[in-house]
Amino acid sequence: MVDLLDRRLLFVTGKGGVGKTTISAALAWLAAERGKKTLVCEVDAKGDLADFYETAPTRFEEREVAPRLWAMSMDTEASLKQYLSLQLKIPLVARIGPLAQMFNFVASAAPGVREIVTIGKLCWEVRERHYDLVVVDASAAGHIVGQLAAPQAINQLVQVGLVRQQTGWMLDILGDAATTGLVIVATPAEMPVNETLELIDRVRDETNVVLAGVVVNRVLPELFGRAEEEVFERLERPESREPLEKRLGGSLAPLVEAARLTVTTRRSRAEHLEHLRAEVDPAVPMLYMPYLFFRATGLRATHQIADALSAELGY
Amino acid sequence: MGGPETLEGLLTSKEIAIACGSGGVGKTTTAAAMAAMAAVRHRGKVLVLTVDPARRLASALGLGGFGNEEKKVDEEAFKAAGVKPRGELWAAMLDTKQSWDDLVRRHAPDATTRDRILSNPLYQNISGKFVQSHDYIAMERLYEIHTSGDYDLIVVDTPPTRNALDFIEAPRRMADFFSSRLLRLLIAPYRSRMVNLASRPFYQVADRVLGSQFLEDIAEFFILFQTMYAGFVERATAVERLLRDKRTTFVVVSTLEPAPVSEAEFFIQVLTAKRFNLGALVLNKVLPGYLLDEEADELAARLGDEAAELARIEGLASALDTDEEQLTRVLREVAANFRNFATVARREAGMRRDLQVRPQVVATAPELEDDIHDVSGLLGLGELIWG
Repeated sequence: MVDLLDRRLLFVTGKGGVGKTTISAALAWLAAERGKKTLVCEVDAKGDLADFYETAPTRFEEREVAPRLWAMSMDTEASLKQYLSLQLKIPLVARIGPLAQMFNFVASAAPGVREIVTIGKLCWEVRERHYDLVVVDASAAGHIVGQLAAPQAINQLVQVGLVRQQTGWMLDILGDAATTGLVIVATPAEMPVNETLELIDRVRDETNVVLAGVVVNRVLPELFGRAEEEVFERLERPESREPLEKRLGGSLAPLVEAARLTVTTRRSRAEHLEHLRAEVDPAVPMLYMPYLFFRATGLRATHQIADALSAELGY
Repeated sequence: MGGPETLEGLLTSKEIAIACGSGGVGKTTTAAAMAAMAAVRHRGKVLVLTVDPARRLASALGLGGFGNEEKKVDEEAFKAAGVKPRGELWAAMLDTKQSWDDLVRRHAPDATTRDRILSNPLYQNISGKFVQSHDYIAMERLYEIHTSGDYDLIVVDTPPTRNALDFIEAPRRMADFFSSRLLRLLIAPYRSRMVNLASRPFYQVADRVLGSQFLEDIAEFFILFQTMYAGFVERATAVERLLRDKRTTFVVVSTLEPAPVSEAEFFIQVLTAKRFNLGALVLNKVLPGYLLDEEADELAARLGDEAAELARIEGLASALDTDEEQLTRVLREVAANFRNFATVARREAGMRRDLQVRPQVVATAPELEDDIHDVSGLLGLGELIWG
């Protein structure tokens, strides 16, 4: 299988709240650090991406936020304008006004129209080789299939016309396993794991994009080894910790209770992780990211996650 | 009956409760738990209308198959949970395609128009795949069920949307959409064959980009849809009125993580500004309160620092059937673990303080070890938030 960062276009998706933007930001950071000219694009622009680089809000125009690392946010209208002038070579700028208005209108009715402009811009950056790698902080799990399948949907709806002609090369880029891949971010809980498995099935059935990796975010550390856990269990008996409490002058009950909570939570999460690993194609790498107890925003978090990704990728 | 400041008090005085919040905060489960509690504790029929339940929860509610019908949750499911409900719990899943087809059947002026709409390729795409159309149809379906008068309480789990409030505005947007000037402009040449399409630059460009067949599909679809326009707009207005009605309440669901909290804040602001009835805030997966105990945190700091020394307390290691070295490690882990989670708990508490505008009812539930997939699990969560 192609190394994750040796692909040219990576879509990062996942259920809301699993840390999709964190992982996108860190993946792009790592790629740039390793010498690749990288573009990272936030699709559903909430402005979170800029926070991870502690930089000014991203715009549609790409901006270098760190050496070799460029960031942008998707704006379908701006993308359409660029598309019309560059791709379709529509000469009269004056006509773009009403056309953009019509586009908005059609886009609110016809599925795939808004998506194709998003996908088109990203594929175009890849085709023109402006960057070594494009990392997309893509739509959440519920929308990603519609987005990746947009070229096929357009092919079905629009039989002729310039838009139709454009979808062919996009499909080539999206369908090339060495070029394009999808990264799904999950957390080790039952629902995110099940939804990840469902998403993998849908992506396989409805799009031509391959699964390049699964990132499991917020994995709790193992608190004790087996022998240590037995010691801890004995420590859970109130009478056994009396000498300690006497010396410290306070109750250890909340500490013991918190440790028990961690042990049981980790154990139930480990089962979900095993289930996920068993169901995902063994050839697809699974990367485990640690739970960050300290505030997980800003460059510090980006560095930490990029380091963890680097270690998991064996760099 | 619970007091006015409990979820119970709120839900027993309303006919519709709409659960909203960002993805992954337990919205579906919370909606189902509220409905199950209402059915167990009070007489009457309660319906939970859900959009996309996790498979195991769906089957627990008897929603195994697809389809739009409301189904009564089997008494056996309650028996297994050891309770005898005073009322009835019903559940329904939203089938978007089916609901759109029903809507067309209801509003189409005649059978020919109806069939042509149902077979139009654009319509099939909108009704089947188009995610934004879920927002509208969910509210439409709610209206339909409420009007039937079959239920004393309907709890709605809102669909995941890009903009979390899309669904509230969906009826209005849908009405605006079908009455827009641009729509008339776009379909004008198809309506009157007298206009020479090619003579107009606007259509020339549109045709070049999209292709004339596609434009014709669009035009046909909207011309057909316009025959239903009056009924449609009237309906959209009625749906909006229902959402603002005093009998409807909004329950914002969140966890105390940064992204869901800012979305919840946004929700609360918009609901308040637009004069919808904000009834309650439910906070899920909240860490236990003992983690905020400062004395315990200090003790944890000392336990960590002095672990090696403490492990040497006479007879302690042997009483625990271990050696000093291993005991030191265990004590350090116990201390570090507490301090780590205390940090997270303090962050959660800070976020909770930051949620300044609050509804009268605020309920919290801890992180549950496993996902809920039966009635007894729903009632377990329900008990925690009921008040």
